[in-house]
Amino acid sequence: MARIESEIGTPKGGLLKWIDDRFPLTSTLKEHVTEYYAAKNFNVWYVFGVLAMVVLVIQLVTGIFLTMNYKPDANEAFASVEYIMRDVEWGWLIRYMHSTGASFFFIVVYLHMFRAMLYGSYKKPRELIWIIGMLIFFVLMAEAFAGYLLPWGQMSYWGAQVIISLFGAIPFVGDALVEIIRGDYSISDITLNRFFALHVIALPLALVALVFVHIVALHHVGSNNPDGIEIKENKDENGVPKDGVAFHPYHTSKDLVAIIVFLMIFSFVVFFAPEMGGYFLEHANFEPANTMATPEHIAPVWYFTPYYAILRAVPSKLWGAILMAAAVLLPLFLPWLDRSRVRSIRYRGWIYRTALALFVVSFLMLGYLGVQPAEPLYVLLARIGTVIYFAFFLLMPYYTSIDKTKPVPDRVVYHAE
Amino acid sequence: MLNKIGMLSGLVALLLAGNALAAGSDVELEPANNDVDNIASLQRGARNFMNYCSGCHSAQYVRYKTIAQDLELSEDQVVNYLMFNAEKTFETIQVNMPPESAKRWFGQIPPDLSLIARSKGTDYLYNFLRGFYLDPESPTGVDNLFLAGTSMPHVLWELQGFRDAVFERQAGEDGATTSTFQGFEPVTAGILSEEDFDGFVRDTVNFLEYISEPIRSDRRVIGTWVLMFLIFFYIVASMLKKQIWKDVS
Amino acid sequence: MSDADDVDRNRRHFLTVATAVTGGAGVVMASIPFLASLKPSARAQALGAPVEVPVSMMEPGAMVRVTWRGKLVYVVRRDDEMLARLDKTDPLVRDPESAVAEQQPEFAMNQYRSLRPEYLVVEGSCTHLGCAPLAEFQVEPEENWYGGFFCPCHGSRFDLAGRVYKGVPAPTNLRVPPYRFVRDDIIIIGAEPGVA
Repeated sequence: MARIESEIGTPKGGLLKWIDDRFPLTSTLKEHVTEYYAAKNFNVWYVFGVLAMVVLVIQLVTGIFLTMNYKPDANEAFASVEYIMRDVEWGWLIRYMHSTGASFFFIVVYLHMFRAMLYGSYKKPRELIWIIGMLIFFVLMAEAFAGYLLPWGQMSYWGAQVIISLFGAIPFVGDALVEIIRGDYSISDITLNRFFALHVIALPLALVALVFVHIVALHHVGSNNPDGIEIKENKDENGVPKDGVAFHPYHTSKDLVAIIVFLMIFSFVVFFAPEMGGYFLEHANFEPANTMATPEHIAPVWYFTPYYAILRAVPSKLWGAILMAAAVLLPLFLPWLDRSRVRSIRYRGWIYRTALALFVVSFLMLGYLGVQPAEPLYVLLARIGTVIYFAFFLLMPYYTSIDKTKPVPDRVVYHAE
Repeated sequence: MLNKIGMLSGLVALLLAGNALAAGSDVELEPANNDVDNIASLQRGARNFMNYCSGCHSAQYVRYKTIAQDLELSEDQVVNYLMFNAEKTFETIQVNMPPESAKRWFGQIPPDLSLIARSKGTDYLYNFLRGFYLDPESPTGVDNLFLAGTSMPHVLWELQGFRDAVFERQAGEDGATTSTFQGFEPVTAGILSEEDFDGFVRDTVNFLEYISEPIRSDRRVIGTWVLMFLIFFYIVASMLKKQIWKDVS
Repeated sequence: MSDADDVDRNRRHFLTVATAVTGGAGVVMASIPFLASLKPSARAQALGAPVEVPVSMMEPGAMVRVTWRGKLVYVVRRDDEMLARLDKTDPLVRDPESAVAEQQPEFAMNQYRSLRPEYLVVEGSCTHLGCAPLAEFQVEPEENWYGGFFCPCHGSRFDLAGRVYKGVPAPTNLRVPPYRFVRDDIIIIGAEPGVA
């Protein structure tokens, strides 16, 4: 235990001790870095958490620099983005990093969530990590949506128009709610101004706070692993889990390699395909918002399209909105929907494997259909996808309880290279 | 692992297939085949743009100075041959025509062209500029195959000449007539041959693509260096990782 | 401890340092664009372009205020009598020959602090804390005052060439911006001399 120095101002044992007497620096580093043990058999699915952190940092830093030059004003917003792209030295790079980062944030987060579904990382005792993670996902969606309005292009404007109108489907209060969100009778300068405030202050603060809590909860219960085994149940004489390795230097050196690979892909998009064929930066968004004319083909950015396809699959405004909201919220209940005795897919039976595969197919299909025009065949496919999506979650208590599981070994499966 | 890679590459292919650009016609677009790295073509395109487009269309985000630097022109050349509406090279490309008169003459303000290539695509622009045909009912005397009812007159008529469009009308099963485009028929000859005119339009569209993102060629060069650095970093970091993981059995 | 362990340890140390150095270099390089983006943008440079000042209409002893890059610039047409007063202030000022290089272009490192003695061009920003000095060209009423600029904020005084008096808060002479004559009667402020 720290002993309070009687002679103030004379550091004994160096600066580190001086700090440690006043702030738990060394002990925190030990607990969370050098003596935080995570399973040694982490595979590639386990890098997306740290990659999400990397993207968050990229978004925060580039966001700050964009804010220095962006003008949240309906008359100036579009021009200020072009000002960043052309007149500000290196502004184009900062902007492309931010726009590409938005898409990569979702890629990484979706894969991170899928990892949890593969290995049952949401199951007891990690339910709260999962719920906090889902909250991060919700805030991220709001953050991305608010951010998409800011360039004030055609897609910004009409995309926001469509999504905000969804809230109008809520009975009784819908119309009033929509007006409160917009702060006006239509999307206007006022809406832009408040979305700016949400995008640069409120939501990022919430995001950072939630990420912090997410990690605190994770380090309290310890990380899961591809075998779904509790490594803390098998410790050596020093109290170190036999299947665990210290976060630093083992996982940090591994994560660094993953980060570099990620940065390669990220840089490739930023420097060689920043529009990504119109998916990351939509063509119509290079036209300033025109309140008089909707673009011919309107679709949300790709990361929202699975949910958008569900919305369109339902021939009722109210039910479409309800199903879409349900589709977003349902994963929140995974810890309780999943009745399987084992965590990892490695020891689950064919039923869950098939269900998860169908779910992935339906999610990708819905994502693809969300950018396509609403033609009869596509609507039919979207309905099939919607049914599979919901069946995956709603039937889960049944099929996971009858699924035949394999015996789980005591120790993780690991082969040294 | 292999089928994971297969799945991912399938996904990437799906993404790269591209988000269709809007075009207001069923007639298939001919590819523009322009090359933004061709400086000579961009220089010709700049001249074309300044002589034929900039009278009505602004490019309000584009500075003459930037054009001079990127197109390897001296500032004097830009001042003498390209700058008609400006005094200083740091100014942006504006039009002299007051917006009210534009609206009175054309029914709408001619759009700014800074980003037109990014919003409409070069193929569309290439076809649009070559798609005018005579239409006595239109106030400008012409219509466009790719943007029906356009308020833009056939600015390049001297170069291309006037043409008629031939449509085949068919009575559909439901009684409505549909017309399919068959081809153009020259009415008056232009100064340029068809081939030269296509080249003229290609250069112009090339310039439009350049001004929509002047940094384009720079970013690719920088990107190559960044990737090379990351490859080096990857090699060092993965050697370190391997070395450290030797401890783990 | 075996030799193999030693080799491993050296190799690991080397690789750790190599990775840290490469990563550090990467961070430094990545920060360059962000820092560079803070510089004046193309628009700021366009707005900060040189300003032309026609001086043919100026009476001797008159002063005009113009702005260049958002900064106040004073142009004073000095007559012979005013120039003669500079000899009197020579012993009173801190840097009579304008030897502090960054305070003026090379051509103004002289008693007059100007390209042509007749015209003084100085930034109207006190070198103490940036207030705009007042023009007080009359000789009286104070002792040792031969006309010049007086800063109302903290009482700094400058003579008719913008040279700072001894014993005032301002440390250096008023800054002379780059300028040149386009014609005999037009000064262009902000343009480097000798550049066409």
